[in-house]
Amino acid sequence: MQHLLFRRKKVSRSLAGDLLLFLVLALLGSFMAMPLVFVINNAFKPINEILKFPPDFFVRNPTLDNFTDLYHLLSNSWVPFTRYIYNTLFIAVVGTIGHVIIASMAAYPLAKRKFPGKSFLFTIVVLSLMFSATVTQITNYMTMSWLGMLDTHWAVIIPAIGSSLGLYLMKQFMEQVPDALLEAAQMDGCSEWRIFWNIVMPIVKPAWLTLIIFSFQGLWGAGGAAGSMFIYSEQLKTIDYALNQILAGGIIRTGPSMAATLLMLCVPITIFVLSQSSVIQTMSTSGMKD
Amino acid sequence: MQIGTKAQRAVGHAAVSVRLAHLWKEIKLNRTLYAMLAPYYLIFFTFTVLPVGLSLLISFTDFNMLEFPDWVGWRNYAHLFVRDDVFLIAVKNTIVFATITGPVSYVACFVLAWIINELPPKIRAFATLVFYAPALSGNAYIVWTLLFAGDSYGYVNAFLLKWRFILEPIIWLKDPKYIMPIIIIVQLWLSLGTSFLAFIAGLQTMDKTLYEAGAIDGIRNRWQELWYITLPSMRPMLLFGAVMQITASFAVSEVATTLAGFPSVQYAGHTIVTHLMDYGTIRFEMGYASAVATVLFGMMLGTNLLIRKLLLKVGE
Repeated sequence: MQHLLFRRKKVSRSLAGDLLLFLVLALLGSFMAMPLVFVINNAFKPINEILKFPPDFFVRNPTLDNFTDLYHLLSNSWVPFTRYIYNTLFIAVVGTIGHVIIASMAAYPLAKRKFPGKSFLFTIVVLSLMFSATVTQITNYMTMSWLGMLDTHWAVIIPAIGSSLGLYLMKQFMEQVPDALLEAAQMDGCSEWRIFWNIVMPIVKPAWLTLIIFSFQGLWGAGGAAGSMFIYSEQLKTIDYALNQILAGGIIRTGPSMAATLLMLCVPITIFVLSQSSVIQTMSTSGMKD
Repeated sequence: MQIGTKAQRAVGHAAVSVRLAHLWKEIKLNRTLYAMLAPYYLIFFTFTVLPVGLSLLISFTDFNMLEFPDWVGWRNYAHLFVRDDVFLIAVKNTIVFATITGPVSYVACFVLAWIINELPPKIRAFATLVFYAPALSGNAYIVWTLLFAGDSYGYVNAFLLKWRFILEPIIWLKDPKYIMPIIIIVQLWLSLGTSFLAFIAGLQTMDKTLYEAGAIDGIRNRWQELWYITLPSMRPMLLFGAVMQITASFAVSEVATTLAGFPSVQYAGHTIVTHLMDYGTIRFEMGYASAVATVLFGMMLGTNLLIRKLLLKVGE
């Protein structure tokens, strides 16, 4: 085994290739990291640097004023600020967990079992990805009002749980799970539920960790977009809605707005880093073997 | 004759009922599977299939969201292709846009995911974060309006002026010549999103024994390894990525309206989705907007079928 791995390394990896790839990556990377650098710099700029013309990309005299200003603005809001945070977290967490579990559960039979109606059920999910969401929003609004879901968090959560992306992603990954493994489990008398939960899900861990990022990111940011359409009560609104209200106060609030953008970004970035580093860990500890 | 047909019909009925009985038996046999599918599909049908179906119907009507829709048959579609010049501009722009950003971003997603996968595990998560940053940071592409600001203080103008490439500032985002290329650059920059992460996860779930077997079978360098082993076993993710990139590149709108304004100068940044939003959320002509959505859906579907055929050839 040791010998084999060593030989593979020697045969298929050249130093010149490594250097070339690294160069390409470094060049592109500095270009891609631009928005993060920009947001971080602007969040710490004092007001005279923000309004400076021509603008500087990098901050000269970093300050925390923007954050204290933001705090004062928020503490004056009509509904206690923690309420908005709670609403956003509730929507993002419940929606993400629900989507990952329910979509994976439906993806398993579609990927690994044969039954009547299988190809139809899968095809409509893929097709639905190609239909513009703008026109379906109106009809969704009508459905929500029939179901009495308007002005509740569920109006945002439930459609997110049934979104097409997760099912498609999970199904494609589960297709790679070796059939022999599932047959062996069936021989041992595992029920379909146990096979799904104890065998398939651990193998496709990188897939659902990635899905957590997509789902959380979508609900964290766009909870407001769907939210502003389906939720009217102030005490049910999400944090990005509240921030937009406060920061609509014109150019003088650019500083706090940048601070708010940075704080809002911290949560998805944390989720991203946690999930990505465990995607990579799974791979080093448990190889998928046939 | 009469008797013959009757007998045939009876046999036919019997065959149908046998088939139905067989189907029913199979459904009962697989009831655990259907139980697993049920929660997802209940929600999916209510909030996705139903609205899409309704909007297909609405596309044949005149509907202003206040009065009950009037059935107008194919009139919306005829109007779109015959009388609506702006729509034809939008279609042209969208096609130009999609044929450039679609393939480029798709290949970039895969190549970068692959390169990152070659990195030592410690810096892999960091590199992924850097490349995913534009997609992660929401509307941070506003930073591009600063770069391409039309006065001499915009970064690009300042640079070009300093190095004497141009003599006076170019009003980038108001000049039809530059609007499209700039939107393409920004969209490409944003495009390392869903497919990119899916590819990274896909490379992580790959069966490592395949590489060892490949080395024995005479795979000599990383390019052969990529073409004969990695790509074929990544096919499900490649298909997934293709659908995601196609929908993303055909549905460009937000970047276009943020950068070039709405409506853009001479409709240079007008796409099918901005056209749809114009009718759907500004003029409230839902019938017409639904017809636009249906046309867009048809275009995406056609492209997708084509790509699917191409992807089946990978690794041969």
